[in-house]
Amino acid sequence: MQSIDQQLQERRLAARTGGGQARIDKHHARGKLTARERLEALLDEDSFKESDMFVEHRCVDFGMQDQKIPGDGVITGWGTINGRLVFVFSQDFTVFGGSLSEAHAEKICKVMDQAMKAGAPLIGLNDSGGARIQEGVASLGGYADVFQRNVLASGVIPQISMIMGPCAGGAVYSPAMTDFIFMIRDSSYMFVTGPEVVKTVTHEEVTHEELGGADTHAMTSGVCDIAFENELEALQQLRDFYDFLPLSNREKPPTRPTNDSMHRRENSLDTLVPDNPNQPYDMKELILKIVDDSHFFEIQPDYARNIIIGMARMNGSTVGIVANQPLVLAGCLDIKSSIKAARFVRFCDAFNIPIVTLVDVPGFLPGTAQEYGGIIKHGAKLLFAYAECTVPKITVITRKAYGGAYDVMASKHLRGDVNLAWPNAEIAVMGPKGAVEIIFRNDIGDPEKIARRTEEYREKFANPFIAASRGYIDDVIKPSGTRQHICKSLAMLASKELENPWRKHDNLPL
Amino acid sequence: MFSKILIANRGEIACRAMRTANRMGIATVAVYSEADRTALHTVSADEAVLIGPAASADSYLRIDKIIAACKETGADAVYPGYGFLSENSEFAAKLAAENIVFIGPGQHAIESMGDKITSKKLAIDAGVSTVPGHADIIRDTDHAVEISSQIGYPVMLKASAGGGGKGMRVAYDEAQCREGFERASNEARSSFGDDRVFIEKFIEQPRHIEIQVLADKHGNTLYLNERECSIQRRHQKVIEEAPSPFLNDATRKAMGEQACALAKAVDYHSAGTVEFIVDKNSNFYFLEMNTRLQVEHPVTEMITGLDLVEQMIHVAAGNELSIRQSDIGINGWSMEARVYAENPFREFLPSTGRLIRYSEPTDIENVRIDSGIREGGEVSIYYDPMISKLITWGSDRNTAITTMQNALDRYLIDGVTTNIPFLAALFDHTDFRAGDFSTNFIEHHYPAGFERLDPDAEGTLAMDAVAVTARLLTEQRDRQISGTLYPQQALTALDMCVIDQTRNTRYHIVTDDNSNFTLTSDTASTVINTHWTPGQPVIEATVDGNKTIYQLVPTPLGFQLSNGRFQKSLTLLAPHVAALHQHMPERKVVDTSKLLLSPMPGLLVSVLVAEGDTVRAGDSLAVVEAMKMENVLKAEQDGVVAKIYESAGATLDVDQKILDFE
Repeated sequence: MQSIDQQLQERRLAARTGGGQARIDKHHARGKLTARERLEALLDEDSFKESDMFVEHRCVDFGMQDQKIPGDGVITGWGTINGRLVFVFSQDFTVFGGSLSEAHAEKICKVMDQAMKAGAPLIGLNDSGGARIQEGVASLGGYADVFQRNVLASGVIPQISMIMGPCAGGAVYSPAMTDFIFMIRDSSYMFVTGPEVVKTVTHEEVTHEELGGADTHAMTSGVCDIAFENELEALQQLRDFYDFLPLSNREKPPTRPTNDSMHRRENSLDTLVPDNPNQPYDMKELILKIVDDSHFFEIQPDYARNIIIGMARMNGSTVGIVANQPLVLAGCLDIKSSIKAARFVRFCDAFNIPIVTLVDVPGFLPGTAQEYGGIIKHGAKLLFAYAECTVPKITVITRKAYGGAYDVMASKHLRGDVNLAWPNAEIAVMGPKGAVEIIFRNDIGDPEKIARRTEEYREKFANPFIAASRGYIDDVIKPSGTRQHICKSLAMLASKELENPWRKHDNLPL
Repeated sequence: MFSKILIANRGEIACRAMRTANRMGIATVAVYSEADRTALHTVSADEAVLIGPAASADSYLRIDKIIAACKETGADAVYPGYGFLSENSEFAAKLAAENIVFIGPGQHAIESMGDKITSKKLAIDAGVSTVPGHADIIRDTDHAVEISSQIGYPVMLKASAGGGGKGMRVAYDEAQCREGFERASNEARSSFGDDRVFIEKFIEQPRHIEIQVLADKHGNTLYLNERECSIQRRHQKVIEEAPSPFLNDATRKAMGEQACALAKAVDYHSAGTVEFIVDKNSNFYFLEMNTRLQVEHPVTEMITGLDLVEQMIHVAAGNELSIRQSDIGINGWSMEARVYAENPFREFLPSTGRLIRYSEPTDIENVRIDSGIREGGEVSIYYDPMISKLITWGSDRNTAITTMQNALDRYLIDGVTTNIPFLAALFDHTDFRAGDFSTNFIEHHYPAGFERLDPDAEGTLAMDAVAVTARLLTEQRDRQISGTLYPQQALTALDMCVIDQTRNTRYHIVTDDNSNFTLTSDTASTVINTHWTPGQPVIEATVDGNKTIYQLVPTPLGFQLSNGRFQKSLTLLAPHVAALHQHMPERKVVDTSKLLLSPMPGLLVSVLVAEGDTVRAGDSLAVVEAMKMENVLKAEQDGVVAKIYESAGATLDVDQKILDFE
C-alpha cells in the first residue's frame, strides 16, 4: 500500500501535468502558455497558493467516469502582484479543452466567494472550449452560478477577464459582466455564435478572427479593452494595470512613491492648443505631461478614439482620466464614445478613483446614423454617469466646451468639484459661426456682415470669463501650471464625502 | 553706440544676436511671421513686430516691412544674421537711405563678393591664390573644350550665379566637357535665370577650410584663424571645427594674410569669411567670400574667446577694433554639429512638427547650444529645418569630440526625427577621428545612405547593465505600493534575463546603497553607478568607469534604450518568466501601407495627387474635413499612386478607401 505522502506526491504531479505533455506541446506550439505558466508570469514569484487541486468531476455518462484529471480543467487560488492580494482562476485548455463542468464551475464560484469575503480583486484567465457537453444542464447551471456571482461582485471588487483562447456561446457572458476584458491578438476569440452557425443562418462567410478576434473586439465592437501582442506581454502589462486598482470598494486607490514633483511646470503646454480653432492637436500630449512620470495606462485605445480613457497617477495615487481627443472627429461625443466613457466613469466611481476630465468638445456628432442608433439614450449614459458620481471630479477645459456636451463633460452643474479653464477656452452654446447664423439669420446673404457678427460673438463669448463670472469655472489657469492645479485640488479633495440618496439602484438609460 | 537693434532674422541666429545685444545693454526688436507668433526669437526680444504671413517671401524677405518695423520701433541699426537679407546689397542701400545702420559690410563689398566671376578677378588682383581656371565667361562648347585642355583635366564647370551644387559639372575628358557644358548652362538658366558658366581646375580630395576675417572702418583687418567644414552632405555643411586638423602654422598664416588682403581690396568692414579649397598637398585656392556671419562662427568664438556679433556691432557703430592680430590665438579645439529635423534613415527627408519633448544637454560642461526653438515649439515647413547648433569645446580635438558624443547622447528630441544618429556615427568614425577626410567623406563612406549600427560586445554589456539597473530600481519602487499583504522586504538583488532577437542573457544584480550596482553574468562582471529614479526619461550612469547616457522608454516587456549611436529594444524578464518567452510567436507584419483609408467619417475636401504620381513619405495626399476640421492625410512611405477611388466632395465613412498604391 502506498503511503499517504506518496499518494499526495502522485496526485500533485497528476494535477500539475494537466492534460499531459503531448497536449502541452501542442499548446506551446500555438504560441500559448499553460494555465500554470500563465499564473507564474502573472503573480509574484512563489506567491501562488492553490486550492482545490484535487477536485474532480462527477460525471458518469459517456465514459467520463474513466477520464478524471485532478483539478478538472481549472486552477484556482490566490497570490500577490507586487505584494498585493489577488484571487485568480486559470482555465486549462489541455484538460478537456478547458470545458466547464459542474465541479469546474464550483471551483470558480468558491474562489469568487473568497475574493468577496477577503475584499480583493479577481482575475480570470479564460481558455475554455465552452460547456462540458457530457454534463449537459449541470454545466449550464455552473455557468449561471458564475454569472450570479459576477453580478453580485460588480462594484464590490474589481473583476478582470483575460481571454486567452476560445470563449464562445454562454461562456462570453461571465467576462462580459466583469470590469475589464483583455484579449490576445491571433490567439483568442469571443462570440455568441461561431462562424459555422453564422454561415447557416445569415449566409455570411467570416473567419473566427474576423468575427470575434482581439482586433475585432478592440476596434469594432468595443467588447475588448486592450488587445495585446502575446500572452507574456498581456500578463506583464496586467501586473502594471493591477497596481492602479484599489482592492475593493471599501478601499482608497493604492499609492506609490514618485519623484515627480507636483509642482512641475510644463511650459510647452502653453503652445499646445493651436491658434486656429479648427486645427486639431493631440490631447495625449497633455495627459502625458500632467500625470506622474508620464505613465498613462490607456484603456480601449483603438475604440471610439474621439475620447481617451485610462489610468494614471497624480501625487502618487490613482486617477481616472477622461479626455476628448481633438485629433479624432474633432473630439465630439457620439454613441460609441459616450458608452466608452460612461462605463469608465462608473468604474472609477465604484472604486473611489478620482476622475480628471480634460475637455475639448465641439458637441455631439450629428447625423441619421447617430439619431437612429439612439444617441439620445447613449449620450445620456455619460451624462448620467458623471451626474451620479461622487468621487472627486476635476475638470479642465482646454478649448471648446460647446452646447450639451459642455454640460455632460463633468461640468460644475454635475457636481464638478474643481472646474478649471485655459485662457483660450470657449464655453458657449455653440461655435461663433453657427450661433451667428441663427441669431442673425436675416443677414445670412451678406457674408461681410456675418463675418463681422461672428467676430463680435467670438470676442464676447469665446472666452472663459462669462462662465467664470457665473462661477461655472472656478479659475482660469495657464496651461503650463495644469499639473500643479490638479495635484493640489486632488490633495484638497482627498477627504471628500458625498452620498447620493438611498435607493435600491439607479435606472441608467440602457 | 546703438540704443536699439532690429534683428532681421529668425531662429537660432536671431536669438544668439539678442543675447549679445542684451549683454551690451542694447534693446532688441524682433520681426516675425504669422507662423512665428510664439517662436523663441519673437518672445525673447524686447519688442516684436509682425511683418507678414509665414512664407519668407512675404515676411522675412520683405525689405519694405522690415524698414517700416525699424521706423515704428525707432531701431537705429539692423542685424541681418545669415540667409534672408544678409547679403542683399539693395537692403543695405535702402537702410542707408533711411539712416539706419546695416550691421555688416558696405554695399560695394557685398556686391563684388556676391558674384563669383567678379570676386575671383578681385582675388587675383589682390594676390590671392585662386583655382587655376578661366575667369571669363565661356562662349560656347568649343571654347569650353579649348579652355579645359589649357587648364588640364579634370575640370569643373560652374554656373556664375550658382550655389548649393546647382549648375556644377565635373569633366574628366573632352566628351564629358562637351556634355557638361550644355547641361551646366541649361541648369544655370533654369535655376538662376543666368546661363553664364565658367571653368576651373577640379581639385581632388579637397578640403573646405575657411578663414574668419574681422575688419573695422579704421583700416584694421584681422584674421581669426580657420574653420574646417569639409564634412558636408550635398554641399551642405554638417560638421565644422576650429582649428583644422590639417593646417600647419605656415599655411594658416599664408591663408590668413591672403584673406586679409582680399578684405582690404573691397574695403571690407565687419566680420566676413573667405572660403578656400585645400588640396592634399596643402595648396589652397580661393573659393568665395561670404559677407556675413557664418552659421559655423561659434567654433571660432570658442577658440578665440571673441564674440563676433559684439565685434560686428562695434564695427558698425564706427568703433575701432580693440584687438590686434598678435592678440589672436588658438585656445583648445571646438566642434560644431548642425542638428537638423530630417530623417537620416530615409534619405534625409525633412521632418516637421511639434517638439513634444525637447531637452538640450546644457548640463554638460563645455557644451554650447545655439538654438531658436524650445519644447512645444514647431519645426515648420516654411523655414530651414535646422533645430540647433551643438558646439563643444575641449583642450584638444579628442576631448571636444568626446564631449560632443556625450551631448548627442543626452540631447532629447521627440516629435520630429533628427539627424542625431548620423552625427553621432560621424563623430565615431575612425577616419574622422584621425582627421583623415575630404569634402567627399560622407559620399565616400555612406554611399547608400545611413543605417544605425549595433553596439559591440562591450557596448551591449553596458546597455544591458543600464537596463537591468533601471529594472531593479523600478521594481524597488513598485514594491513600495500601499496595501501589500505582508511587510515588503527591501529589494537589493535580482536575477534578470535580457532578451533580444538573438540572445537571452541571465544576469544577477546587487546593490547596497541604490546608487552603486554590481552586475554579473556567466562571462562578465560590471560595476554601475547611477542616481536615476524611475520615470526619468534619461539615465546617466558610469559603467565600469565609463560615462554612458541613454534615453529610456518603457515598453510592454522592458525598455527601449537609445543614445546618439545606438537604439535597442530589450526585453527584461525574471528567469522563471524568461523561460516562457521562447513560446511567444513571431509576429508577422501586416501590410496596410498600400492603401489610404479615411481615418474618420467626413467630407473629402481634395485629393492632392493624381493616378501615376510618385509620392514620397510625408507628402500630403488628401484632405478630409470632419467636424469642421481639416485633416491632411500623408503618405507613410514612398510609392506610386495606382488608383484613386473617391473625388473631392465625396462623403467618406471611416476606413473607406480613398486611393491605393502600386
